[in-house]
Amino acid sequence: MRLGLVIDLDVCVGCHACAVSCKQWNASGTTGALPDYQPYGAEPSGVWFNRIRHFEVGSYPNSKTVNFPMSCMHCEDADCVTVCPTGASYKRAEDGIVLIDQDKCMGCNYCSWACPYGARELDRSTGTMKKCTLCVDRIYDQNIPVEDRQPACVLTCPAHARMFGDFDDPDSEVSKVVREREGYMLLPELGYNPTNHYLPPRKHKPIPVEMSADKTGLAGKLKQFVNRMVKR
Amino acid sequence: MHPAFSVIFFTVLSGAGFGLFALLYLADLFKLGGGMPGAHVFWTGVLAIVMVGVGLLSSTLHLANPRNAWRAFSRWRTSWLSREGVLSVAFYPFAMIYLALYWLDIWPIVRHLSGALATLIAWMTIFSTAMIYASLKTIRQWNTPLVPAAYLSLGHFSGGMILLVVAMMAKVDVMPYVLMSLFQLFVAAFVKMIYFYWITRIGVGSTINTATGFTRAQVRLLDAGHTHGTFLTQEFGYQVPRMRASGLKVISMVLAFGLPVLLLGLALKQANLALSMAALLSVFAGLVAERWLFFAEARHVVNLFHGSQRC
Repeated sequence: MRLGLVIDLDVCVGCHACAVSCKQWNASGTTGALPDYQPYGAEPSGVWFNRIRHFEVGSYPNSKTVNFPMSCMHCEDADCVTVCPTGASYKRAEDGIVLIDQDKCMGCNYCSWACPYGARELDRSTGTMKKCTLCVDRIYDQNIPVEDRQPACVLTCPAHARMFGDFDDPDSEVSKVVREREGYMLLPELGYNPTNHYLPPRKHKPIPVEMSADKTGLAGKLKQFVNRMVKR
Repeated sequence: MHPAFSVIFFTVLSGAGFGLFALLYLADLFKLGGGMPGAHVFWTGVLAIVMVGVGLLSSTLHLANPRNAWRAFSRWRTSWLSREGVLSVAFYPFAMIYLALYWLDIWPIVRHLSGALATLIAWMTIFSTAMIYASLKTIRQWNTPLVPAAYLSLGHFSGGMILLVVAMMAKVDVMPYVLMSLFQLFVAAFVKMIYFYWITRIGVGSTINTATGFTRAQVRLLDAGHTHGTFLTQEFGYQVPRMRASGLKVISMVLAFGLPVLLLGLALKQANLALSMAALLSVFAGLVAERWLFFAEARHVVNLFHGSQRC
């Protein structure tokens, strides 16, 4: 089994709900708690397993905003595991989930140096490295309904931009959708062979934007003048 | 990369310690300059293992959870960091047997055997330290054979400079030591200059396009998704201003290689020990600056997700 996520960049609306629900679930999960530093202070920071970036692709007006959620890719060739000197970092043979044994980690940060995706963050309060567990404490839980046995981020996504499944099974939803929509890996040139895949945005007809404002007449000239004066 | 002082201190000090021990053993084996008196060899050997020990201890200062540090000896099959730990601890018994037998002046064959083994392990340890950095595919400025070449040559150069000062103290024929140090100075300076030249133009690598998968258009970051910093920006976001980096490059090269040659020339002419000590200090100041730059100039690919166009 090779468990992982598919993220559909076509429908992700960038609401950060996956990150929030991840934080909520994992704060009391197997590697919790996930501390926040100065949550209400001037410099709020903290440990998160899932972070969403926002990119602009192309240049205006032929551009598109793409919201980009990123968590651990559960790589096939995970250097974070091989560089770990203590054996705290490991990849499970049965389902390919990469985990950190909190009792063995010495907090040297070396695994975070080896990870190109920024999936690992140090918890300053315990001095150990933490990362996405693919909700390993949830996906195998026999006490919850079958449909709930999925990572918190997948369950919570209001746009259904996240899918969870077995990439070794060619008939699984994730394998099929990656095949059909030409799902791809990030930074393939580094050779980490990440399990998580991203679906590119579909090709849409460009939405017409008003390029040239009305330049004629007194009202148009005034509008132009105001636009020059007002800094946005 | 964030330049952590404990790691800078550790790599400079333990590199010089291992280099000093290896050169001390070889100088004693070949009786360089007629051979140094036994007390000088012994105390220089002690200095070398103290430097290695202090360096190793300071390296544990950057651990967030040092009580698990002992586990770092377990994964030597895959991890260069673990190999470095195992090898540097393995260095101790052989180095200490060598020095003890030197002190007692008995069993020359056992002494030479353990000295040779300690030297071999010293070389392997410096190489492992360098490979911790050189093995990372995520940092192009480090992922080059020039890194182990620089660590080995700088470790031997700085250790050799200590040995030269000891030779001046011991009043043996210093010429062989001077020649050895000059040769090592040139090798180290050339390797480092090639490295500095190399990392400014390292060719094709990861870009924001390969990081996001959008390879047919310009991509730029609109929002990193966090209001203040994260662990990632603290650890990898550090960027040294270009002017400061080039200024520091010149300073580190002058301090490590230029000034010591001048000071040594004067020191040898006047047989002045203070001047040669000044040369030694200059070397170490230059190496600290060099090591600081080694970390500060490294750009991790995760910066592509925080706005960098290429790394």
